[in-house]
Formats: sequence, structure tokens, C-alpha cells
Amino acid sequence: MLLKVENLSSYFFLDEGVLKAVDDVSFYMDEEETVALVGESGCGKTIAALSLINLIPSPGRVVQGRIFFNGEDLLSVSAEKLRKVRGGKIGMIFQEPGVALNPVFTIGHQIVEVLQLHRGLEKHRAEAEAVRLLAATGIPEPEKRVKAYPFELSGGMQQRALIAIAISSNPRLLIADEPTTALDVTIQKEIVDLLRHLQKLYKMAILLITHDMGVVAEMATRVMVMYTGKIIEEASKEELFEEPKHPYTKGLLRSIPRLGAGHKEPLRGIPGAVPDFLSLPSGCTFHPRCEYSEGFCFKKFPPLKDITYTRKCACYKHYRI
Amino acid sequence: MAEILLSVSGLMTYFPFGSRWFGTRQWIKAVDGVDLKIERGRVLGIVGESGSGKTTLGRSVLRLIEPTAGTINFDGVDLLKLNSREFRPMRRRMQIIFQDPYTSLSPRMQIKQIIAEPLRFHRIVSGHQIEERVVELLAKVGMEAYFMHRYPHEFSGGQRQRIAIARALALEPDFIVADEPVSALDVSVQAQILNLLLELQRKENLTMLFISHDLAVVERISDRIAVMYKGKIIEEASTDTLISSPRHRYTKSLLDSVLEAE
Amino acid sequence: MKKRRRSRDLILLGASLLPGVGHIALGKRSRGVRLLVYSILMVLLVFWRWEKFLSVFQNKSIGDWVAALFLIISLAACVAFSVWDVNRLLSGTVKKAQEKSPFQLARRRFKENRLAIISLYVIVIMYIIGILAPLLASHDPSAIDDVLETRYQSPSREHPFGTDEFGRDLLSRSLYGARVSLSVGLLAVLIAVSFGTIYGSVSGYFGGIVDNVLMRLVDVIIAFPTFYLLLMLVGIFEASVFFLILILGFTSWTGTARFIRGELLSLKEQQFTEAARAIGLPSRLIISRHLIPNAMSPVLVSAALMVGAMIGAEAGLSFLGIGIRPPTPSWGNMLSQGKDALLVAWWVAFIPGALLAMTILSFNLLADGLRDALDPKALMRRYI
Repeated sequence: MLLKVENLSSYFFLDEGVLKAVDDVSFYMDEEETVALVGESGCGKTIAALSLINLIPSPGRVVQGRIFFNGEDLLSVSAEKLRKVRGGKIGMIFQEPGVALNPVFTIGHQIVEVLQLHRGLEKHRAEAEAVRLLAATGIPEPEKRVKAYPFELSGGMQQRALIAIAISSNPRLLIADEPTTALDVTIQKEIVDLLRHLQKLYKMAILLITHDMGVVAEMATRVMVMYTGKIIEEASKEELFEEPKHPYTKGLLRSIPRLGAGHKEPLRGIPGAVPDFLSLPSGCTFHPRCEYSEGFCFKKFPPLKDITYTRKCACYKHYRI
Repeated sequence: MAEILLSVSGLMTYFPFGSRWFGTRQWIKAVDGVDLKIERGRVLGIVGESGSGKTTLGRSVLRLIEPTAGTINFDGVDLLKLNSREFRPMRRRMQIIFQDPYTSLSPRMQIKQIIAEPLRFHRIVSGHQIEERVVELLAKVGMEAYFMHRYPHEFSGGQRQRIAIARALALEPDFIVADEPVSALDVSVQAQILNLLLELQRKENLTMLFISHDLAVVERISDRIAVMYKGKIIEEASTDTLISSPRHRYTKSLLDSVLEAE
Repeated sequence: MKKRRRSRDLILLGASLLPGVGHIALGKRSRGVRLLVYSILMVLLVFWRWEKFLSVFQNKSIGDWVAALFLIISLAACVAFSVWDVNRLLSGTVKKAQEKSPFQLARRRFKENRLAIISLYVIVIMYIIGILAPLLASHDPSAIDDVLETRYQSPSREHPFGTDEFGRDLLSRSLYGARVSLSVGLLAVLIAVSFGTIYGSVSGYFGGIVDNVLMRLVDVIIAFPTFYLLLMLVGIFEASVFFLILILGFTSWTGTARFIRGELLSLKEQQFTEAARAIGLPSRLIISRHLIPNAMSPVLVSAALMVGAMIGAEAGLSFLGIGIRPPTPSWGNMLSQGKDALLVAWWVAFIPGALLAMTILSFNLLADGLRDALDPKALMRRYI
């Protein structure tokens, strides 16, 4: 097991109250597998990912939990050790590549920086390696592009450059936060293919964070669905798409229009809206929008339980009797 | 056969860049010779990636961006031949819904003022009737009447988009340009807003130009689809035909790229 | 049930003829106390300065008339407001769910800032004192008695601030000086900000050649050394308060203009501007109704700072002798006169200096408070 997260909670301490962005989340990841963390905006998935490498912006912080990576609890190691891991054994790529890249340095410079820091390469070797990495991510004419500034590249190219930076330190785990959202449809497919190729090549595990179910279907082996800071369903990709158990997952999949189906027909979807974190409904936070909710649903949040050997669900309706 | 409400031919919107002197002036051909026709009460979907010119096309048709050349024939009137004063009353009949619900509503105005503004400006109703109309419009988009005293920042993205739709409907336009109206919204909210647009289009018999990069979304609401690439329409057909038997290479690659949730 | 409410309401309404009492009874204590205190002070003032008050209506001085009228009108306004507000509160049309306009939100944040509120009170009180100066002053600021007897008296009961080298009462002079300094500050800034805003918004909204030309003009004006310009203009026109306001106003609008232009350039690309155009609104309405209100916050902050700066500028000019000339009192020229007597009669310079410092500091703190209250980042809480 590469990564084991136990009871992770990250809260934001605001004037108006405590915002429980990540609330008692536990999961694991094996080597070389692709796990998708799925949910709509504001469900806490990005903060969960940032918690893994302790990059949460203030006023938020991790309040409890253990994150075992390669046997060590990342939340109790020294800051220096954590910095080595961050960008080293754990790489991260972000949603808007144009924003994540430093605009005043060339791409080559930014890759070389990582190589020097995490792989201890000296300048010349690092520069050569940078070119090689850019080529590996499918950027044409890498020797030229190495000297380019981010703004000179298209969105897709920028994302490839970001990926190059992320894999330059040969990470065991790659956290990809909405890697395709800001990109065009045709480019999205290329990036997805690239990531799958690199994963095989470098034998990385990928934690994919997204709200785009299409990307999930293409890349993930396992899927975890988050809602208001908690994981409410976990299953293999096939199981999830074929037979979603949790009412939220069901509704989510029903909200997505599919090509070739239901022309001019309304989508079934989910009524209502995601509740404000500062005024969450009692008990199961989804119950006001749930078509199956019953009396006890508002008493206590249903814990995430195994419902089959491979699946977990946090819904009273689906617990084995 | 229904009448044609909007007929565009040879539309070109070029943006200049580069120096004005020394003949080094160059042009970005955002819209480069577009022809299209929309029948009354029908929805034409425009699909394209970023840089295809679809956004500029939507705005050019409404003259929010002035086209460089071509004709836009709206219900028998050539819009580009009108000067700005003559054009103003035409604006009542054509409205737009924008992509970003967070910046399309004026932050310092109450919802009531935002929705009432077009009514007031065109002097359609006055006094008490304004409030009645606002309540009516809010109900049409599924929002409570008391929301009109609130300010945009108190609402979620989906609710703001409903308000934007209410505003667009205020003048009872014949024609609406919907520019990526659901792209900035969450998945479940997208479904709600899309349903709302479907319902309103049907009920009010609206003629729509629906612009999006998401083929699945466009397919659901459009009667016909036009695919844009680099400022030109490279294929246009009825929705069924385009999806099931696309002809152009680019259309095919777009369809292939759609990552399907199995 | 309705009848009981009625008589209770009537009693409260009647009570609120004494401003503030109704509010206190209804629980709105701070508002009530403020109204009550102000009204009582004004009434006391009338009784204290009864003869002065009566004599005002015989002489021709505008300043005196303004003071007396202000007192009467403000008192009447307090009573009227008190009754009207109590009536409004009683009829329950005010929803407890507060309005959440950006303005209200900012106001609430402002109120939490103690320092800013104190500065605001200081400034408002100063302005009221300035307006009422003719009534408050116990001596004529220009009255020169037997100079040798009265000069340079240290602060005493009769002259709480002492006297200057001509035996004039410093307290009265300070009060009149306040009027000059404060009015110059405020009015000059009003001119500068109004003109700058209009200029900047035209330039920013229309862009292109218009923007280019207008901004080059601003560049020229900025390049011009303001101080010498002031000297020159003051030399040409006499240094009356009126001209000083005009001159100061028209030399300091450029900062506002540039800033507003920048804001408009970015705001006009936002979609709500496009929406306004889609409805068919003409440019002037788009600018005034949608764009300027959204650009105003930082302008308000800089306006508060500018008032402080203008007050300082006027004081500086008067100090050098090119601003307001004696015998009209201005804190600046009082300072200038006092500097020669620092060792003999320190209060002559100290008093106007302290007043200047306190006023300018208050404006700066007010500007800080405004900036914190209007900070748009606080509005964008949604981005977790």
C-alpha cells in the first residue's frame, strides 16, 4: 500500500464559524493504481488533496488524522522531510496551468529548478534532462520550447509542461487536480492519454481529482465520491457507473447529458443545491435533496460502511442488515 | 415550414492588431464568412473549441461587437444597415445570457433593479406594475418573490444564472443568444439550468442560438447544430444527422474526443 | 389588541418629539443617545449664547447666518427624524433580516473598527464646531483691545487658549480658523474627485483616441510643478478662501482621473457591462449607473486622505504667507505668527499645530478604516 489516509480532517477557522472542508476522511491507494476523487465544487476534494502535502491556505489547517506514505506519517514528520516529499515523491499538477506556472521564468528554468532540488542534478545535466522530459510529454520541438515562457504556449502545452515538471522527480504518487477542466475537448483527450502513458512508464499512482465523469471513466480504476467534506461512496469504476448506490451518485450521473440520448428531454438530476458549509443540514447532509430520505436520515450522518467486498457506501438505505 | 427569423450571410468580424502605420496591420479573423439560418421557435446550437469564434459570432449577431461585413437579417430587417439609434428598439427583441454568473450581474444593484432595468429603460411598464412583472419573471425561472430585495453576492452560481435568464426574458424577446450558459456551473446545477432553458424555450417559443463547447449539452437542446472552426462553419445539419453521421473530419474528431461516462 | 397598540404608539410618537427618547424606549439606544445628546447640546448653546443668537439676525455676516440657521435646521431635523424613524420602526416595515447591500456590509465592517469610528466622530464634531463658530466664540477673533494689556496671555478662564501677540482670543481664532481649514479641505476634494471621476470615466470607457488624448493631457498637468503653479495663481488672483479652494481642487484631480480610468478599463470588459449594452442602455447611463458605483470604493479612501492633505496644503500655504492672509484666521497663518513667540508664548503656535495634527490624523485614520471596510476581498468568501 502506497498511501493510507486515516481519519483526515481539515477545517477552516473563519469569523463566521468553523468550516469542515474535510471531515473524517479515510482511504488508501496502492502502487500504480488510478483513484478518482469526485465531487462538485465545494465538496472538499481539492482541500483533501492539499492536505496530503500540507499545502492548505490559511485560515485552514489539518486538525486530525494520519497520512501514511511509504510507511511514514506525513503529518508528523519534520518540515524539511515534508518538503522533500512534496514535489519529490509526491507530485502535483493543478487545474489552470497558465496560473500554476511562474510567468517570469522560462519553462526550462522551472523544470531545472525541480531537478536540481529533488534529483540533485547539476545544471547542464538538468537542462538536458528537461528537454528529454518535455519530449516525453509530447511537446514538439522541445529544445526550442525549453527556452519559452509560459505565455507563449497554448493551454494544452502548458499543461504538458506542468506534467513534465511534476514527473521530473520520478514521483510515486501524482496528484492531478482537475487536469483537464480548463482545456479544450480535443486537448483533454490528449492529456488523458498522456497521463495514462506516463503512468505506465513511470509506474506512478495517480490521485485524480475532478468533477468530470468522462475523465473518470477514461482513467480511473477506483472512484470515491465526496459530498460536503465526506466520502459517501467508494467503488470500482465499473461498479460505480453501472450501479451507483448512493442517491447522490445516482443523481450526479443522471445530471450528465449523454450523446445520442434524450434529445429535447429534461435531465433527471438532483433538486436543490449544495448546502452552505456553514449551515449544513443535520444528520446526513444530503437528506433534504434525497428522494429516499426517511425519518432517521436527519439524526446522524451515516458512516462509510462496506456494503460488498469491494464497495463502500454512506447511506442507511444500503447497509447490509 | 416555419418562417426564418434570423438569416446571417457572409458575416465577418475581424479584429485589428499590429501597427496602424506602415501597412503592418494584421487581422484576427474571429468570424470569417459565416452563413446561417434559424427558423422561428427553433434552437441552433453552435459547437466549437476555444478560438473557434463562436463567442464572437454570438455577440456579432447582437451587435455587441460590431461586425466588419456581411448581413444579418432579423425578421426582414437588415440589422447592419441601421444606425445605433434605429437599432436600439431592435434590442428589445434579441437578448443574451452570458457564461459567467459571477460577473454578469451588477454587484451593487438589487435583483429587483437588475431585472427591472430593461423594463424601465424601454418604458414598458411603470410603478407598481414593475414589481409585478419582476415577481412574474422570477417565478418563471423558479425563484421566490422575496429574492428581489437581495443582492447578487447572496446567491449561488445556479441561482444567479436563473436571475440572468429572468433578465433576458424581461423584454419578451423573440430571440436569445445563450453563450455557454451552463459551462461555469456544477454538474447537478447544469442539469437544472439546462432543464429550465428547455422548458422556457418550449413554453415561450423562443428562437435560440445556443453556444457551447460541450457537444452533449448542445445536442440535448438544439434542433440543428453548426460546428465552428477557426471562424468558419465547417458543418451544419440537424442534430440527429450530425451526431450519427458526421461528415467533416473535425466534427468526427470532436465526437471521438467526447469522453463518455459509460 | 389594535387599540392598545395604538395608544402606546401615540405615546411613543409624542415622546419622540424630544429627539432620541423614542429610540431609547424602543431599544435603539445608540441612535437615541446620539440624537438626545446632540439636541440637548444645541438647545443649551442657544440659551448660553442667547444675545448673540438674536443679534445674528440683524447683522449681515453670512457666516453668522449660516451658523444660526444650521443650529435651527439641525435641531428641527433631529426632531423630525426622531418622530419619523420611530413611526417607521413601530409600523414594523423594517425587516430584522438586514439588507445586505455591499454598502450595508461595508458599514457594518466599518463600525467594528474602533479607531475609525472615533476619527469619524472627531471629524464630524470639528465640522459642526466650525459651522457654529460664530455662536461658540466668546470673543471676536479680530478684536484688538489694548494690545499691551492683553497680548500673550497664557490660557485662563477668560481665554481658554490664551491670546496671541495682538491680544486676540486664540480659542475664537481657532474656531474661525477651523472653518477655513476644514472647508478648504472638503470642498477642494469635492471638486477634485468630481472632476477627476468624470474625466477618468470618459477616458476609460471610450478608450481609443479619446483615452489617448485625455491621458496625455493629464501627463502634462502632472509634469507641471504644482507648487509654483499655486504660487503663480495665488499671485494673479487674490488669496481668498474661494479661489484657494478652486486652485487646490483643480490641481489635484489627476490622481483620481487616472485611477478611475484604470478601473473603468477593466470593468467595461466585465459581463454585466455587456449585459447593460445588450439591453440598449446608452453609454452615459452605463457609466453612471453600473461602472462608477463599482469603482468608487478606492476613490472614497483616497478622497479621505486627500482632505487631510488639502488641509495640510492650505496650512502650509498660509504659513508661508501665500494662502489665507491675516487678519482672517487660518490655522496655518496662526502657526506662522506663533512661531516667533515660541519661547515667550508657546501656546500661540502649539494650539493651531495640535489642531492641525489631530485633524489630519483623523482623516488618515478614517481613510484606513474606509479601506478596511471596503476591502473587496472580504466580499469574496465563496472561493474555498
